[in-house]
Amino acid sequence: MNMSGMTTAITPTPKVAAMNETKVSARDVQVYYGDKHAIRDVNIEIRSRTVTAFIGPSGCGKSTFLRCINRMNDTIASCRVEGNISIDSENIYDPKVDPVQLRAKVGMVFQKPNPFPKSIFENVAYGPRIHGLAAKKSDLDDIVASALQKAGLWNEVKDRLDSPGTGLSGGQQQRLCIARAVAVSPEVILMDEPCSALDPIATAKVEELIHELRENFTIVIVTHSMQQAARVSQRTAMFHLGNLVEENDTDKMFTNPDDQRTQDYIMGRFG
Amino acid sequence: MTDVSVFGNVAKDIQTKSILEPDARTRRRNAAEARFRLWGAIAVALGVLALVGLLASIFSNGLSSFRQTYVTLDVFLDPAKLDKDGSRDPASIAKVSTFGYTPLIEKALAEAMAAKGISVDGMNAKAASELISKEAPASLRNHVIANPSEIGETVSFDLLASGRIDGYYKGRVTMESAALDRNTSPEQLQLAERLKEAGILTTRFNWDFFTAPDASDTRPEASGLGVAILGSAYMMLIVLVLSLPLGVAASIYLEEFAPQNRFTDLIEVNIANLAAVPSIVFGILGLAVFINFAGLPQSAPIVGGLVLTLMTLPTIIIATRAALKAVPPSIRDAALGVGASKMQSIFHHVLPLAMPGILTGTIIGLAQALGETAPLLLIGMVAFVREYPAGPPDGFFDPASALPVQVYNWTQRGDPAFVERASGAIIVLLVFLILMNLIAIILRRRFERRW
Repeated sequence: MNMSGMTTAITPTPKVAAMNETKVSARDVQVYYGDKHAIRDVNIEIRSRTVTAFIGPSGCGKSTFLRCINRMNDTIASCRVEGNISIDSENIYDPKVDPVQLRAKVGMVFQKPNPFPKSIFENVAYGPRIHGLAAKKSDLDDIVASALQKAGLWNEVKDRLDSPGTGLSGGQQQRLCIARAVAVSPEVILMDEPCSALDPIATAKVEELIHELRENFTIVIVTHSMQQAARVSQRTAMFHLGNLVEENDTDKMFTNPDDQRTQDYIMGRFG
Repeated sequence: MTDVSVFGNVAKDIQTKSILEPDARTRRRNAAEARFRLWGAIAVALGVLALVGLLASIFSNGLSSFRQTYVTLDVFLDPAKLDKDGSRDPASIAKVSTFGYTPLIEKALAEAMAAKGISVDGMNAKAASELISKEAPASLRNHVIANPSEIGETVSFDLLASGRIDGYYKGRVTMESAALDRNTSPEQLQLAERLKEAGILTTRFNWDFFTAPDASDTRPEASGLGVAILGSAYMMLIVLVLSLPLGVAASIYLEEFAPQNRFTDLIEVNIANLAAVPSIVFGILGLAVFINFAGLPQSAPIVGGLVLTLMTLPTIIIATRAALKAVPPSIRDAALGVGASKMQSIFHHVLPLAMPGILTGTIIGLAQALGETAPLLLIGMVAFVREYPAGPPDGFFDPASALPVQVYNWTQRGDPAFVERASGAIIVLLVFLILMNLIAIILRRRFERRW
């Protein structure tokens, strides 16, 4: 009988859902930009601690749908979302939900690296600071260090945390943005074509990072690169003309998709 | 069939042409470009020429106002005349008017001339003393009232020379013109020459031009910009304190928070229109609202400041909105993405990035306000003010003048010496404007960040 083993057993399990459990669930989601019906009847289950890739031709609505998950579409005046999206069975479009609080739970990484024009440290520390995650300066230092480590940037920047974040290379900037998102300990991280502005080497690093982040986070990534979807994701969803065409295991999707349109898109017949 | 052959010919034509020799079309295009460049260069040259002409005329007229002619005299402050009861009581000294001081100056001048052996034929002591400004007895009196203990002593004073004598050393008055002039004579000018040789009469830098208040028509040599500079400074202070926070707050609300509807569209159009409203209209508004309705005093910097604030607000709002719009949306997204509220994203990220634009707009607005004349005329700032306004904030309600109004005022006066003063005031105004623009450039460099 091992006492330490006992202790571990009774420690409450951290609030990280087991893999493959549903984290985000969308029911009959419709999105309108003014009169334009941009997303039609999307139903999808996004699994916890899984990388889900959204693929599809330009303008198919994959980014729009991604931005529904942390209500970034609220910032667009003409945009209207109907239906139900829930995270851990809580409807995020409930009138009682404050989108600001939601976004602390659902982080986002954008297409173009967009670090604040401040120091590397300030970039990562901003989120924890506004959410009051650090009581002391030393706590903040720890959070920043750990976020940079998780983003695989620590060794490159630990000696120059005070230099501007905008002075880093494109790939480093994007990893800085990932660190910034990670620093507020979100449960879901949304990535909108995070590698589209990066060269292949930087892309490889970010992809490796996504792979590691899967251990702790639910990741949804929009990508135009079929190879990238195949490399990083376990689940893939194919969008076309605002519809969710098919959602499946990535392996199946790229070898034997159910839908003809997916087959055509993957084979490069359109899009 | 024919179409194909035509197309084929053209293609062949293009292919066979050598690129070493430009064809007619290329030559025409090049000629058009050359013509455009020429017109552009001519336009720039005309602009530069106009600017050089303007500056040359202002500087040639105005630079001399920074020098002034003085007569240095040892004046015996005769107790028998200045303090008859011998009490040295400022109240009783003040009873002696400036006329009581004139004989002292005449006597001092006569003594100085006698000591140096200067005499001029056909001139009595009175005519000789006209070399000295009518302002001199007044400044002597002010000195005595301030220092009653010096009565009975002989004190050395730098007294202003009269405007004509000053003008003689600035080339404005000549022997010929003096012969026709009621206010001076060739003999006086000759006397001035002798005094200069004797070292009694000197010309040096004119600090009084920046500190002295305005003076009446007959003594241009005593007039200065003191009250006008103070009045303009007070107004700029009021404009800055009111219009920067108001303008920035209004822009942030309109740009970031206000819903986009007909009402905000209307406001937007109106702000753009307000920026184009003739400034004199703001003067009428100020007269009606601030003076007649609110009962604020006339000629006061507070009213001028409020009117100029109204004028500057549209400029600041337009510049601030443009600066806010220029901040890339990715920065807002980034802040919102980590869970910042809208207000946090604006105040922590957008506003600092927009700061260079906001400051530039504000300073340009202030510079405009500094040079504005028309609305100030309507609210009574054109008045002749010799009293300095008190220190702020009380001084905001005291009568004052303003730099551009002082320029306008001086150009209306008869004595040509005021033309020189007006040009000098324009130079001072231009220097202030250049300084403000420099500050704008420095601030912009300072706050500028790359993203």
